Amino acid sequence: MRLNVNGKDLDLGNIDETTPLLWVLRDQLNLVGTKYGCGVAQCGACTVHLNGAPTRSCVLPVSAVAGQKVTTIEGLAAGGKLTAVQAAWVEHDVAQCGYCQAGQIMSATALLNRNPKPTDADIDAAMSGNICRCGTYQRIRKAIHAAAGNTHE
Amino acid sequence: MSAVEQSVLADSPSRELMQAAEQRAGALPSLDRRSFLKISGMAGGGLLLAFHVGSEALANGAPKGFVPNAFVRIAPDGTIVIYSKGPEIGQGIKTAFPMIVAEELDADWARVKVEQAAVNPTVFGRQSAGGSRSIPMAWDQLRRAGATARAMLVAAAAKEWGVPESEITTSSSVASHAASNRSLGYGDLAGKAADLPVPDAKALKLKDRKDFKLLGKRITGVENVEVVTGKPLFGIDQVVPGMQIAVFEKCPAVGGKVQSANLDEIKKLPGVTNAFIVEGNGKPTEVMPGVAILASSTWAAFSAKRQLKITWDESSASKDSWSKSVEDAKKLASSQGPESLKAVGDFDKALANASVAEGFYTYPFVSHAPLEPQNCTASFKDGAVEIWAPSQTADAALRLVAGTLGIPVEKVTIHQTRVGGGFGRRLMNDYVCEAAWISRQAGVPVKLQWTREDDMHHDFYRVGGFHSFKGGVDSDGKLVAWQDHFITFTQDGEKPALAGQMSGDEFPSLLVPNVRITQSKLPLATPTGWWRAPGSCALAFAIQSFLHECSVSAKRDHLQFLIDLMGEPRWLAPKNEFALNTERAVAVIKLAAQKGGWGRKMPKGSGLGLAFHFSHAGHFAEVAEVSVDANRKLTVHRVTVAGDVGPIVNMSGAENQVEGSVIDGFSTMGLEISIENGRIQQNNFDSYPLLRIAKAPKVETHFIQSDYSPTGVGEPALPPVAPAICNAIFAATGHRVRTLPLSKEGFSV
Ligand code: FES
Ligand code: FES
Repeated sequence: MRLNVNGKDLDLGNIDETTPLLWVLRDQLNLVGTKYGCGVAQCGACTVHLNGAPTRSCVLPVSAVAGQKVTTIEGLAAGGKLTAVQAAWVEHDVAQCGYCQAGQIMSATALLNRNPKPTDADIDAAMSGNICRCGTYQRIRKAIHAAAGNTHE
Repeated sequence: MSAVEQSVLADSPSRELMQAAEQRAGALPSLDRRSFLKISGMAGGGLLLAFHVGSEALANGAPKGFVPNAFVRIAPDGTIVIYSKGPEIGQGIKTAFPMIVAEELDADWARVKVEQAAVNPTVFGRQSAGGSRSIPMAWDQLRRAGATARAMLVAAAAKEWGVPESEITTSSSVASHAASNRSLGYGDLAGKAADLPVPDAKALKLKDRKDFKLLGKRITGVENVEVVTGKPLFGIDQVVPGMQIAVFEKCPAVGGKVQSANLDEIKKLPGVTNAFIVEGNGKPTEVMPGVAILASSTWAAFSAKRQLKITWDESSASKDSWSKSVEDAKKLASSQGPESLKAVGDFDKALANASVAEGFYTYPFVSHAPLEPQNCTASFKDGAVEIWAPSQTADAALRLVAGTLGIPVEKVTIHQTRVGGGFGRRLMNDYVCEAAWISRQAGVPVKLQWTREDDMHHDFYRVGGFHSFKGGVDSDGKLVAWQDHFITFTQDGEKPALAGQMSGDEFPSLLVPNVRITQSKLPLATPTGWWRAPGSCALAFAIQSFLHECSVSAKRDHLQFLIDLMGEPRWLAPKNEFALNTERAVAVIKLAAQKGGWGRKMPKGSGLGLAFHFSHAGHFAEVAEVSVDANRKLTVHRVTVAGDVGPIVNMSGAENQVEGSVIDGFSTMGLEISIENGRIQQNNFDSYPLLRIAKAPKVETHFIQSDYSPTGVGEPALPPVAPAICNAIFAATGHRVRTLPLSKEGFSV
């Protein structure tokens, strides 16, 4: 089957189509930035964009995304230039262990794409599917506001 | 250091190795090139092999790199590579360690490249992350590593210009001689410095704190860009040629052995390449019995694992029951325990003339639940094993794995990966031993991948416990009597469960004239371990909440009560900078109270709570601001933290640790691991609901940067969180939380 990942059309060949997208990305395409945390759509570590919408790839059979556009964390910084969200994450020194942060950034990016000036409540709603075990929530919030160019907070 | 912290070392399976390494930690491993080549060959790591190549080139008259010791390499182009020796588990050490070296070196931070050092405790000393001890134990070693390099560069410049070394200054990777207006970059001096003798590290003059340029600043993480672009940094990201994915199913009740399994069926499943019974060595810290499945992909392995049908021999498996333990503990509550931990003064007499508080406290087992589930990549070949491990104690793992496999320690190589969360879970290297064992048995390289459920079912849990307290405050408002019947667990019938012990000197017993502390132990089979701020993470909830009960019973303001409790300025263990200092304690208590707006009038349903705790050499006090609605729904609005861990190395990293500790402390108040028939009842984040962003309080951090030597900040901000919040809940509602998780008291988050 075929898949479009980060703008590239890929032929996955003969694949077990029940495999969740997460493991196709990680094991087959070597795109390991997308992380496994729970496997049951609880933690958000596996968040990717499916046609621009944040999606938990750990519970999404690859058959369901045939021919659709998938964007992973590796696909954000086009030409090596960090996006505003990624740059804000670096500058606000958000990460602790960093394991959740690809998923956080994918969720935050999708939020800002559809809502360029989110409020705290918007951030709560959009980011509640992403657990950070290290507890970097305060910095995630700040970085999103910074990437949005919000002046408050 | 508290008894629990000491035991972190004492109980470590690698005690000798750690102690030997830590004794050496003060002595800087300065290496001549010959021994460096030897070590780099021994370690077999790519990083040090790069040195090898460089040193070979050196022999052929190629441009010289300057390698004054194992921590620093300066290339002729001025690039400085600093090797970070410890595991990066989210505590920011990969940034903090090199900052310390760079400070004494006067390096231009913008041109410093940080690389992970090979795991080789012979060269580097301690290479683990635990007990908040990375900074205090490496501080002197790293400063001297930087200062040695700087001294040699200065000597090289002095020689070059024919001027005294004392006239040379350094800044931002440049050495200058002001009088003659000459300067040379470190890269230009590197070749010349490399020819000079290495000075005696102990004789070096280190910087005065006031001259620090880098330390104390907000420096962003050295791997931030790699993190935000999804680079393969973590254990789970490792790939080695020919690798199979391995999964491993162990008995859900610890101690069970495999009687039979449907291996033939499993082997026929798509993608599965092998399946076999692992006998193991029966040690939960190494390899327990189970069934391993190897497959060509993670999904094939996970799918096959779900088809496993194993008959367990549970004759010697755990029958632990948390609900029964709770009943048993309640029956013991009104008596004294059979073991005395401390008896001073006359408790009964002191209590007779005092206003009395009484309370029975319960806290549950909890799991570490790092977001990266346990995994490890191992390749066993020809009697040697090469390992890629997200471990907090890779140094200890070297010897542990050698012992498990029965091979010489020289035959074990470990590469340290970035670690997706530690919290103490990865002080244990069970998953490392398992990967090595499975690779040997299968004859192929494997990446062992635990599922989230495996991770939650096979942890070394923070042990639950109970305290039956009585306290007495005299007519002057002073705490004069303190009694605690501590009910803990034991796995061997003698010692308290790992990280489930309490010292008789535990706070506040050294500050109270009449103390009676006794202990009972309930039987336990479930493995326990060090969970962030071991001991203190649970004790502080009970002790600092009950202290508030004492001040409330005497109608005293808790701030003044705590200050009075501390008494005269002194060290509670004399001449020990790792002990509680009452002056430092009072300072953080006052600062937290001031910054947290202590004493202000709160609207109905809202309240402030104040708590202090000392652990891991850190003095911390915190004020929580909460509100509780009519349905007992709790909101924590803000936690104000004041801490003293001496001078701060990296302000951004330190604040991040405090913020994370507050979230962790609050999050854990909503969590429990319950055990029935030896089986863990929680499976994944749906039944172990870690805190999410919408419930995260604001955290405000204030440091008192005292002149004591710096200590770690990964743990000590956590213990005061729960009691500060519980004291605030009492202020808001009049309801005393004596049992965690909060749901047991009818609160929701
Ligand atoms: S791994 Fe997909 S949500 Fe946790
Ligand atoms: S930074 Fe560790 S889980 Fe978020």
